[in-house]
Amino acid sequence: MSDHVTSAAPSASESAERESLPGAAENTGAAPGAKPYATYLLGLADDAMVYAQRLGEWMTNAPQIEEDMALGNIALDLLGQARGLYPYIGSIDGTGRGEDDYAMLRDERRWHNVHLVEQERGDFADEMARLLWFSAYQVELHTALTASADDVVAGVAGKALKEVRYHLDHASLWVVRLGDGTEESHRRMQAALEHVLPHLAELFDHDEASVLAADLEVGVLPSTLHDAVVARVARVVEQATLTLPDGSRWRSRGGRAGIHSRPMGSLLAEMQHIARSHPGATW
Amino acid sequence: MYGNDVIDPNEPLNAAETDAYDAATAHEDQRDAVGDDFEALIAADQRIEPRDAMPDTYRETLIRQIAQHAHSEIIGMQPEGNWITRAPSLRRKAILIAKVQDEAGHGLYLYSAAETLGIDRQELLDRLHDGKQKYSSIFNYPTLTWADCGAIGWLVDGAAIMNQVPLCRCSYGPYARAMIRVCKEESFHQRQGFEILWNLMRGTESQRAMAQDAADRWWWPALAMFGPPDTGEAAKGGHTAQSMAWGIKRFSNDDLRQKFVDMMVPQAEKLGIVLPDPDLRWNPERGHYDFGEVDWDEFWRVLRGDGACNAERIAHRRRAHEEGAWVREAANAYAAKQATREQQQQQKESAA
Ligand SMILES: [Fe+2]
Ligand SMILES: [Fe+2]
Repeated sequence: MSDHVTSAAPSASESAERESLPGAAENTGAAPGAKPYATYLLGLADDAMVYAQRLGEWMTNAPQIEEDMALGNIALDLLGQARGLYPYIGSIDGTGRGEDDYAMLRDERRWHNVHLVEQERGDFADEMARLLWFSAYQVELHTALTASADDVVAGVAGKALKEVRYHLDHASLWVVRLGDGTEESHRRMQAALEHVLPHLAELFDHDEASVLAADLEVGVLPSTLHDAVVARVARVVEQATLTLPDGSRWRSRGGRAGIHSRPMGSLLAEMQHIARSHPGATW
Repeated sequence: MYGNDVIDPNEPLNAAETDAYDAATAHEDQRDAVGDDFEALIAADQRIEPRDAMPDTYRETLIRQIAQHAHSEIIGMQPEGNWITRAPSLRRKAILIAKVQDEAGHGLYLYSAAETLGIDRQELLDRLHDGKQKYSSIFNYPTLTWADCGAIGWLVDGAAIMNQVPLCRCSYGPYARAMIRVCKEESFHQRQGFEILWNLMRGTESQRAMAQDAADRWWWPALAMFGPPDTGEAAKGGHTAQSMAWGIKRFSNDDLRQKFVDMMVPQAEKLGIVLPDPDLRWNPERGHYDFGEVDWDEFWRVLRGDGACNAERIAHRRRAHEEGAWVREAANAYAAKQATREQQQQQKESAA
């Protein structure tokens, strides 16, 4: 990997090797046709990809068969969002990578998703708390992105918006049922709202990539979504006779810069090991 | 969702893509002429509907068969479900999620069909969890490599379709209608399995070895899915004869097995997979392939509970069900509260 500066047509995996680490987004934009907001889009795609992977774990493990199907549906939607973005990112980051190069061949330090989506699957209440927050965030995010200056991004957002509204409805329905169901479900749902709390602030953090994308009117500043997302969640929580906890002693940070929590490595190991065991194979 | 076809999409790959499906789904309603009598309806090849009077044994036979079929769909989610997180490409992951989701949907249609006979899903699930009702023994075999997802789609879904196409004209209406829907989706499942193996067989040496190994392990269990031999003397008594008379079963196990072999051998040749049967050869006199004997001792052993995954499948199912109990209770409690609230609201409104 020493001669990459002069190499004219690097293979996808070579490009992946030499990709600068997150946090240095501006350095990847040198190739012809490159656009500087690839890293921002990678954050969005990775959120969807990693959460799809977690939701896929529910199939055969859900509380009822209808829910195996519903969570499978949501996983499929998120997977579709990631697949809509990866090839486009490959075309604008100068590497020409395809969807599987991103999903199967990237090391942990090169993933830009928030910690929220990589956390291990807890009980059903934990999943509904995560889905409520994440889908409320995605509704606001994709609403804003439909006005993106990049037509591809606007198109992906427009399609995703219909999907994530359904995800939010689904999560809301369950949070209300569990909050206003039995004593046990109320207790578990309240606990789940506490469990998810440390991983929420990161959704609204600025980093270099999001500031740049917002400047170019391609992306949206994460902090500007905060109030609307909280308002959406608060309405559901109130209807569910639960209380929105505030303040946690610690919070996650760094996901957008490739600094992940312990579960991320295991998630990637499981997701990538077949593909990585057969270099160059197609499936 | 299931994407590109690696071979001619017009070439039938399974029984749901042949004339047999069209024939089985073509149903002529002559009820006005035939009337409502059970025996007369059966004799005229008409459909029995939930409101019709029917013999208790007919009802019980159907409940048992439909429940076992529904359980098979649900348990059948597990062998491939455990590959969702490991699928080697995003396209494969998406197809696999959709497939496992379809199987869940099939389970739901079938539980609904069973419920029309006066039993509820909860009770049927309890019977599954307690081991009082069975599911297809094929799912007691392990999925060891990615290629097993291909072999299951190609062989297991393929065999299931062969069994299910005749059920599209089953005498019990709700079951027949569920099967018409299910077979169409199963046909995609079989195609995606074929495509997985096709790609593996055109891949690296280790991919080819993986595909051949999976076919070696799944071929015989797939043939056993048609059940023990039931032609000749064996077919004259018991369940088979009665089910045939009632229009629940249309072909003998051996007929269906032969059709399956005849359909699969040319597909194996296209794939480049060698089927693990030294006795497999074309018999020009019969116009069919001759093939070896299924190891029925092994079949019975696995059916009795001593297979690689019998314990694991039920334990997984029970665990998911038990872990979800508080969720289902909460949903019921919430629904009850809502009903009470609506009632109170109505009373308030009528008082006002
Ligand atoms: Fe099925
Ligand atoms: Fe299937």
